[in-house]
Amino acid sequence: MNYLSVRHLTVRLKGGGLLLRDVSLEVAAGEVRGLVGESGAGKSMIGKAILGILPRAVEITGGQIVLDGTDLLTLPPAQRRIRIGATCALIPQDPLTALNPSHRIGRQITDRLVDILGWSRMGAEARALELLADVQITAPEHVLRQYPHELSGGMRQRILIASAFAAEPKLIIADEPTTALDVTVQKQILKLIAGLQAKHGTALLFVTHDLGVVSKVCQSLSVLYAGKVVEDTTIRRFFAGPAHPYSAALLAATPKYTDPTAGLNPVPEAVLAAVRAEVEHG
Amino acid sequence: MADGRMEVRRRAGLRLWLSAAWLAVVVVVALLAPHLAPKNPLEQDLFSGRLPPFWQHGADPAFVLGTDSLGRDVLSRIIFGSRIALSVALISGTLTCLIGASLGLLAGFFRGWVDLVISRLIDIWMAFPPVLFSILLIAVIGPGLGSIILAIVVIDWTRFARVVRAEAMAQGAMDYIASARVAGRGRMGILWREVLPNVLPIIVVLLTLEMGIAVIVEAILSFVNLSISTDFPTWGGMISEGRASVHQAWWVLVFPLVTLFLTVLSFSQLGEGLKDRFDPVLR
Amino acid sequence: MTLLRTILLRLITTAVTLFGVAVIVFVVVRVVPGNPIAMMLPPGATQVDIDRLTAFYGLDKSIAQQFLIWGAGVLHGDFGTSITSRQPVLALVLGRLPATLELSVLALAMAVLMGGAAALTGTRLRGTRVEGGIDIAGGMALSIPDFLWGLILILLFGVLVPVFQISGRVTPSLKLPFSSNFYLVESLARLRFDLTRDLLSHMFLPALALAIPLTAIIAQLLKQSLKETMHLDYVTLARTQGYSEARVIWRQALPNAILPTLTLVGVQFTFLIGGTVIIERMFSYEGLGNMAIDAVINRDLPLIQGIVILFAVIFTGVNLLVDLTYAALNPRLRHG
Repeated sequence: MNYLSVRHLTVRLKGGGLLLRDVSLEVAAGEVRGLVGESGAGKSMIGKAILGILPRAVEITGGQIVLDGTDLLTLPPAQRRIRIGATCALIPQDPLTALNPSHRIGRQITDRLVDILGWSRMGAEARALELLADVQITAPEHVLRQYPHELSGGMRQRILIASAFAAEPKLIIADEPTTALDVTVQKQILKLIAGLQAKHGTALLFVTHDLGVVSKVCQSLSVLYAGKVVEDTTIRRFFAGPAHPYSAALLAATPKYTDPTAGLNPVPEAVLAAVRAEVEHG
Repeated sequence: MADGRMEVRRRAGLRLWLSAAWLAVVVVVALLAPHLAPKNPLEQDLFSGRLPPFWQHGADPAFVLGTDSLGRDVLSRIIFGSRIALSVALISGTLTCLIGASLGLLAGFFRGWVDLVISRLIDIWMAFPPVLFSILLIAVIGPGLGSIILAIVVIDWTRFARVVRAEAMAQGAMDYIASARVAGRGRMGILWREVLPNVLPIIVVLLTLEMGIAVIVEAILSFVNLSISTDFPTWGGMISEGRASVHQAWWVLVFPLVTLFLTVLSFSQLGEGLKDRFDPVLR
Repeated sequence: MTLLRTILLRLITTAVTLFGVAVIVFVVVRVVPGNPIAMMLPPGATQVDIDRLTAFYGLDKSIAQQFLIWGAGVLHGDFGTSITSRQPVLALVLGRLPATLELSVLALAMAVLMGGAAALTGTRLRGTRVEGGIDIAGGMALSIPDFLWGLILILLFGVLVPVFQISGRVTPSLKLPFSSNFYLVESLARLRFDLTRDLLSHMFLPALALAIPLTAIIAQLLKQSLKETMHLDYVTLARTQGYSEARVIWRQALPNAILPTLTLVGVQFTFLIGGTVIIERMFSYEGLGNMAIDAVINRDLPLIQGIVILFAVIFTGVNLLVDLTYAALNPRLRHG
């Protein structure tokens, strides 16, 4: 049984062009699915559509987002919001802007547990301490009383990860969670996310443009180009040889996985043109 | 969304034209006051005091907007009052602008001790309650048109100086100033040829707004009987009289108030409209 | 450490400003034409009487000497004696100050409440007709000064629909049990809500006239910074956590949008206090401003000096307070 099924999702700019074309993808309970594509392909738009945080200028014109058997798009907005809040979580891209500069770290983890999920303040605080220990933050009591600007980017991303796992969500959407970090920190953060995901058995949709990251954490993969899923496959099959020419070009453009001595190869223009034609007419 | 913006732009344009039209009417009325006023604005007639405007019971059709407690024609007084209002607006607005903008330009462009002195002066000025300061000045130098103009200039120059200083500073930091300097232009030449034209739009906007403020200040001073001689018709003086007898004769307050309101609103809407027009230039 | 230095620097500039104000007021007041002493005495007074009284008020010395004597007195809390009422200036001024403070603070509170509500509503309903309406109303409110608002309010709610009082601070026939001049505060403290009601019915229109322009400024500024904040990542994150739009605005956006608004509101509050001069006059409200205009008309030099200095102290004090509050509220500054 798939925990999340996005079916034939179509999203367009109000009074403008299509951003997502008939997108379908599934994430099973406990599965990690990668969602790759170049910037502008609409990767983040899918995550936003699922979480109900699309920009105002954008609207969903068709399809279903089925979460645990219920189509979110048929729910009234308030119910949908609360259901998402209780069962899903987001690990955002930029830890520097994703924490509220006016509030202490403790509040930012515990508030939602108390406000939305009805936990006791004490229980939420105990949980926050436990979680900060889980993400390997030393002196968690001290950190809970600090403000975001007192912490490094890596620390903040750990806190955001801890916060995402706080309410035992069934689905986490990680939106390029390592892009804004130093390379050295990236590895640790990836390990943390993977470790927590395995421990909690959470379904994880991992949005990234980095195939290296995908190869480390994901079991399955959707490749997106110009708002359309061009390949839906497992990691093993993808790295053994992708079926779609765009995927192949993308893989070839990431030198590490083909020939470590080669330079960076851009996706050939001929491949791109062919894919574009296919997406727009097919 | 694009439609909404067009709508806003169109409405802003309409506001601009309406304001300009009202101000044009006021200017024409002020110029032709002796020909337009049905009565002598100073003529008292104690037997026809507090006559209501023409549509009310007991009105005298000769006094279209009624009379005040001394039997003077409200309409004629409003018409002649426009002369004072406009003179004050034009003269004090221009003088304030010249002095304030010059000081602001000097401070913002030359920086150093010039800026230090002017900025400190601005700070001190900002610590005065403006209305009280103007009343104090008028009390000291005595009432009269010249005094009002002087008081407005003395008090409001900071309005220009502050904004123009900031703008000149911003312009001075831009690359085109540096290249003009490299090209061997003198500092005064750069100030005159390069900085001033770029600061000019905001000065024009401030000038328009200042004229509205000047009209209000004149009305406030007349309201506390410190403008020119109490006989001479001014909108503020009429409002002051009207305030005192508001329960007996509302029209003595309402008509000059509406005139003043429209004039002040027009100046400020014109200023805001110009600001929007200049916006691509300013930002 | 840096915070302490900032505070110290601000205190010094404030002192310099106040000294400048004192010098200017003193010089301006000394060039008043007409001898105020001669005007005080009955018509039959001799030159000897005039000279004696002139010497009593110290008006026979040079301006510099007079300033030094006056300045030394001020530092000891002696602002001289009012020429018209022959009472100490300080006592007169402090007696009227509470009335003006109560009016200004009431106006500020009204502006913050109304402006805050308008900004929050406009943000919640952004992109709708309601937001457009708030913008248009704000533009109108801003382009009309408090002087005109006062007159308009007198006509509307004093004459046309007479629901509020338009003259004075309190109904004169009422017996007041107060021991200070903070009538409004004391009526609340003594639980005399009948008096509170009477006071508010007198204060409402002048306070509203003062509050309207500030309301528009707060609404515009706060709405703009709220809207900017609404695009930030932590706001989006809060949305995914199940918070409603209204709570997101209140809990996440508002704390961060308030700070930039605060500084400007401080400056604007001094303008509001300056506006009390004419508004008090218009509503015959017995505060400092009304007293100041009387003093100017009567050429009561010591009293004018005292009032202007007090206003300047309030203005600079408010600005100082705003800067310090800003430092205290901003977590970045607080933790150095």
